[in-house]
Amino acid sequence: MSTFVSLFIYGLSEGAILALAALGFVLIYKATGVINFAQGEFLLIGAYTFYTAFVILRLPIVVAALVGVVAAVIIGVLVERFILRPMVGQSHISIIMVTIGLAGLLSALVQMFFGTQPRSMPPLFPRNQLEILGAHIPANRLWVLLVAGIVLTLLTLFFQRSKHGIAMRAVADDQQAAMTVGISVRRVFALSWALAAVSALIAGILLADVTTVEMNLVNFGLLVFPVVILGGLDSVPGTIVGGLTIGLISQFVAGYLDPGLAEVAPYIVLVLILLVRPYGVFGEKRIERV
Amino acid sequence: MTNEPTPVAAGDAHLRSAESAAAGSSPAGTTGPGTLLTIDNIEVIYDEVILVLRGMSLGVAEGKIVALLGSNGAGKSTTLKAVSGLLPSEQGEIASGRITFAGEDITRLDPADRVRRGLSLCMEGRHIFGHLTVAENLQAGGYTASAKEDRLDFVYEFFPKLADMRSRTAGFLSGGEQQMLAIGRALMANPKLLMLDEPSLGLAPLLVEEIFSTIARLNAETGLTVLVVEQNAQTALSVAHHGYIMERGRIMLDDEAGALSQNPDVKEFYLGIGAGDKKKSYRDVKHYKRRKRWL
Ligand SMILES: Nc1ncnc2c1ncn2[C@@H]1O[C@H](COP(=O)(O)OP(=O)(O)OP(=O)(O)O)[C@@H](O)[C@H]1O
Ligand SMILES: [Mg+2]
Repeated sequence: MSTFVSLFIYGLSEGAILALAALGFVLIYKATGVINFAQGEFLLIGAYTFYTAFVILRLPIVVAALVGVVAAVIIGVLVERFILRPMVGQSHISIIMVTIGLAGLLSALVQMFFGTQPRSMPPLFPRNQLEILGAHIPANRLWVLLVAGIVLTLLTLFFQRSKHGIAMRAVADDQQAAMTVGISVRRVFALSWALAAVSALIAGILLADVTTVEMNLVNFGLLVFPVVILGGLDSVPGTIVGGLTIGLISQFVAGYLDPGLAEVAPYIVLVLILLVRPYGVFGEKRIERV
Repeated sequence: MTNEPTPVAAGDAHLRSAESAAAGSSPAGTTGPGTLLTIDNIEVIYDEVILVLRGMSLGVAEGKIVALLGSNGAGKSTTLKAVSGLLPSEQGEIASGRITFAGEDITRLDPADRVRRGLSLCMEGRHIFGHLTVAENLQAGGYTASAKEDRLDFVYEFFPKLADMRSRTAGFLSGGEQQMLAIGRALMANPKLLMLDEPSLGLAPLLVEEIFSTIARLNAETGLTVLVVEQNAQTALSVAHHGYIMERGRIMLDDEAGALSQNPDVKEFYLGIGAGDKKKSYRDVKHYKRRKRWL
């Protein structure tokens, strides 16, 4: 029982981080139709920006987080403006190639400035052991889950209720019609990239707190793909459920079966989903009568 | 079905009239003070080679309903896209000429700025946001508006049916309901000029009547200026004050709506009523047209 509880909590906290990273990917895909292969690198850049502000520049944690957010917004907007916008109208393959190139560029930049040595960061959350149903869980796991949960809730509310969230969904639905009601499609594109970079930043910081700041964060970013395929690529609730599911699957496989198998388990899920339900478990069914 | 217009093959109807000689520059009676929208001799090119509008001019007086009629492919939708700034999103551009709205040159303005100045378009085929609810569609429509709540009340009052369906997914509404929603969404931006592109498309005759009486009510009760493109010429002319007839990228004829629906050429080609008030077969009309061809 105690093993189950601790695997469950580890799985949920990792899954929530994964959902955050994947949500950025989904926002971009939904609004702009671009498949962003650099989402993992956004996570990496986010973690290192925060590390620089918090550890190297010794800024207070809240200020460091704000610096990270501002940097993420700027990076997101610049990428959209100077890399993706000139590609409008190009084939899907060229656009995918461009995001792969961007991924290479971003990780090379991080290596150039920080090298490949893992960096350790002072803990962001208390790490005292809590006893939950007989299992011993470090408190920071629960903190991570809490913060990720709050951010996911805020992003979902933004998307569902706010004026700009509705504008983003309107653009995802019909770009020309969005123009006729006065929504600036360019601004929505920029907003999607900025939000994707910010959600990746938060995922990166949380992940760095439960692991270390290192290049390997990118591999975690790759897990975005099984998550979004499971979630259906364009569904926000689907992405959250997909993230939590993949997090739980890898923890349970690692705990009960084999840690090596846990590394590939998410990709096995990915292949199975593609074979059985190509539009994911929660993908929007296209409405044809429009 | 008696008031259905006779089908006319694309680009096959060419009208010639005394007025059309002057139509190239600026149509009489509709420009000058009190004109809300002026299209002045524009040329529109798609993909840098396809010339679609060739010296198109038209005026819409404030507070009026103006109908823009013409056969398939004449360039009616292109005209409305030029006015609302959608051409760049279709690789189209205004190569020459000017569009003025409320006294200001808007020829090259961003589409969002045009909406903010009071120009709204209901596109052909409705284009509602299918995955959003009715209420969210209206909220999106009010994206640029300041007094959103008032507008929402106004739209729900005008279309009580929409109020009953506010939380339904828009993509599953019927065609008529979607058209109401498209008009309601455009009204959310509080426009001075509402442009409607074939609002009757694919609707049953009874619904067509309903849509047009709604347009007439909007105009009468709120003073909204309307520019409506229609295939359904008779219905459109019955509510319009003024009508324009467009062929091959320019205006061929324009007149006060009542006079236009009495014009023998218009009757023949758009209303499907022959000279002796008997309905002519498509073959006869085509034959007759060949004689009247002027190009
Ligand atoms: N995006 C585009 N690219 C190239 N050509 C276009 C484009 N849109 C329209 N055209 C062409 O311009 C001409 C006028 O089209 P438009 O849609 O304006 O006609 P319309 O009068 O609205 O016709 P309908 O009554 O069928 O809606 C047509 O010959 C059409 O093929
Ligand atoms: Mg058209």
